[in-house]
Amino acid sequence: MDMTGASPGPKSQPRVGLFVTCLVDIIRPSVGFAAVKLLEDAGCKVVVPSQTCCGQPAYNSGDRGSAKILARQAIDAFEDCDYVVAPSGSCGGMLIKHYPHLFAGEPDLAQRAERFAEKTHELISFLVDVMGVKKVAARYEGTVAYHDSCAGLRELGVKTQPRRLLAGVEGLTLVELSDAEICCGFGGLFATKYGELSNAIVARKADDIRSAEPDTVLAGDLGCLMNMAGKLQRDGSPIKARHVAEILAGMADGPAIGEGKPEPAR
Amino acid sequence: MSVVATSANFKDNAHEALTDARLQGAMSFSRNFVGRRAAAAARLPEFDALRDSARAIKDHTLANLDLYLEAYERKVRASGGEVHYAQDADEARKIIIALCKSMGAKSVTKGKSMIAEEIDLNHALEAAGIEPVETDLGEYIIQLRHEAPSHIIAPAIHLTAKDVEQEFRKAHRDLSPDRSLEEPEQLLAEARQVLRAKFLAADVGITGANFLVAETGTSIIVTNEGNGDLTQILPQAHIVIASIEKIVPTLEDAAQLLRVLARSATGQDASVYTTLSTGPRRPGDPDGPTAYHVVILDNGRSAMLGGEFEHMLRCIRCGACMNHCPVYQAVGGHAYGWVYPGPMGAVLTPSLIGVAEGGQLPNASTFCGRCEEVCPVRIPLPGLMRHWREREFERRLSPAPLRYGLGFWAFFANRPTLYRMATGLAARAMHLAGRNKGRFAWLPFAAGWTRYRDLAAPEGATFQSQWRARSGAVR
Repeated sequence: MDMTGASPGPKSQPRVGLFVTCLVDIIRPSVGFAAVKLLEDAGCKVVVPSQTCCGQPAYNSGDRGSAKILARQAIDAFEDCDYVVAPSGSCGGMLIKHYPHLFAGEPDLAQRAERFAEKTHELISFLVDVMGVKKVAARYEGTVAYHDSCAGLRELGVKTQPRRLLAGVEGLTLVELSDAEICCGFGGLFATKYGELSNAIVARKADDIRSAEPDTVLAGDLGCLMNMAGKLQRDGSPIKARHVAEILAGMADGPAIGEGKPEPAR
Repeated sequence: MSVVATSANFKDNAHEALTDARLQGAMSFSRNFVGRRAAAAARLPEFDALRDSARAIKDHTLANLDLYLEAYERKVRASGGEVHYAQDADEARKIIIALCKSMGAKSVTKGKSMIAEEIDLNHALEAAGIEPVETDLGEYIIQLRHEAPSHIIAPAIHLTAKDVEQEFRKAHRDLSPDRSLEEPEQLLAEARQVLRAKFLAADVGITGANFLVAETGTSIIVTNEGNGDLTQILPQAHIVIASIEKIVPTLEDAAQLLRVLARSATGQDASVYTTLSTGPRRPGDPDGPTAYHVVILDNGRSAMLGGEFEHMLRCIRCGACMNHCPVYQAVGGHAYGWVYPGPMGAVLTPSLIGVAEGGQLPNASTFCGRCEEVCPVRIPLPGLMRHWREREFERRLSPAPLRYGLGFWAFFANRPTLYRMATGLAARAMHLAGRNKGRFAWLPFAAGWTRYRDLAAPEGATFQSQWRARSGAVR
């Protein structure tokens, strides 16, 4: 599917390093390929430097030392990219908002982290705000709800961009969740360290999702999506979960998150 | 005789709260605050600018706290009042008990005060043979139930009207058992009727303070019931108990902070009553106490000045952070196990009672950031919670499995080639294990997750290995 209405970005064919995020890398590579398609359709040259994790699990667990080592690794790996783009508001927030803080008191590193932060973006806001994408040529027959993941929403201001692009997807109906800005209860390691509490929070989110009656819930963060998908599935709900990039790239044909491959037809 | 903290048992407390159907029903009310604050903020175009100004006022005051405390003290003395400094809870209790005894007090009415909770004043008064009577409706209810507040501005938010009716029927035995108490208005009327006699009989009135104004020596309280006014005007003496960071330089500053306080707290443009007290009754005044004392409590706060937790001393106790917190909404205030719940409690508790006791609280957060988003004085609450986690990690107070797990993970994450091999193998193995359903209903090393939720299985090869294969790169 081709991109239509994409206005030329700030630089013709910018070199974009995809920070694929460890969850997408390991659990759901198809989100990474959807991101690549969206970026290429928008006129970017996509590269994928060797990478591991942004360091957020360490940072949020108080292990600043490990977080700094991983931050330097990421900053080095993407040195020759014009932009760094992550299909996640949470990892994006780490790269953009928290890396500069990590090196407070180390001016040279802090400056590098600042420069890195300036060229780094969450995927959907990058497409809309930087590359000027107004419409994607995707098609999806169904009703979706978009969950605002906390870090994307509050640290990076991702709210209107995904809705704007979803509005242009043919056949798609977007419904809003009540109490849309409340957390799904994922919180990284919180989800396992405080499993019962995390479950109580996602149970409420699952109720709100069911009330909105979508066939699929979307978000820009795989962590939140796995949490909501896992809860809906445990409850026996037929509502599916997908990364918003899958819909926008027209790559929502495969199994949804946590769904097995359909049995081959006889 | 301090408040016994159970914060270290947060997980158990939370479990109890989550399995308490009555509490879960009552807590749904707390979500109403969210819409009310949003509406109040939307009605005031300069709300965000006022928040910046509020933050600046508090930061300036904290940077010059010694000067403003001294200025405040001089003004109180000049208006005929007394100022007492208390290093800790024990000293504050002793000062207040001594003052009450010197006036021969038998009965004390109390306005709502979280500092009184922090120093566990009611038990100390009872032990000294003085009857404390809470006059804020919520505080009165929880006093009958021998409970602590579960919210800093709505102390009985964990209860339903039905719970209150039961409590009143139990406590007010001299009233007709056939009376109707179905409507909240009827409960309020009954509390007023019972409290009226207590107000008139009290020897001393004790209130907290939302602000202490250095410029004038004035203490300010905000209430919605007017109970604070009766508490401080009717008895012969008024004792104000407040912590050091309640100081603001001028009345103008207090007015600015008041504009963000009620809007952030309840979504009101202003509280129903804003009461200013300056010294005792002056000659010619028609009413008022003949003695006016202010007890200023430190209790660990001056140690927060100049460090990373100084931000927390900006707090004006509106409760917006807890109203908007998914964790607070799920478990309520008592699970936090000490005086202050919610995000502000998660930062303040380890500061005031130590990280060994309170260290669980800053860990029990998803870092969703909504508390910081609504804080009227822009306290970076998630960042401060993370600071506590860093301190715990440095001091090896974090749980061993977490520390070793992080170390194991960081070893691989620091070595990209090894990491790609390991994750590649793990992803394939887990894909094979979960391929039929595409997810796991149970995994031994993710039990905290799979006890409640299914866990998506990896699709197969990792993104990086597929990408490399696709672009023909050499491994």
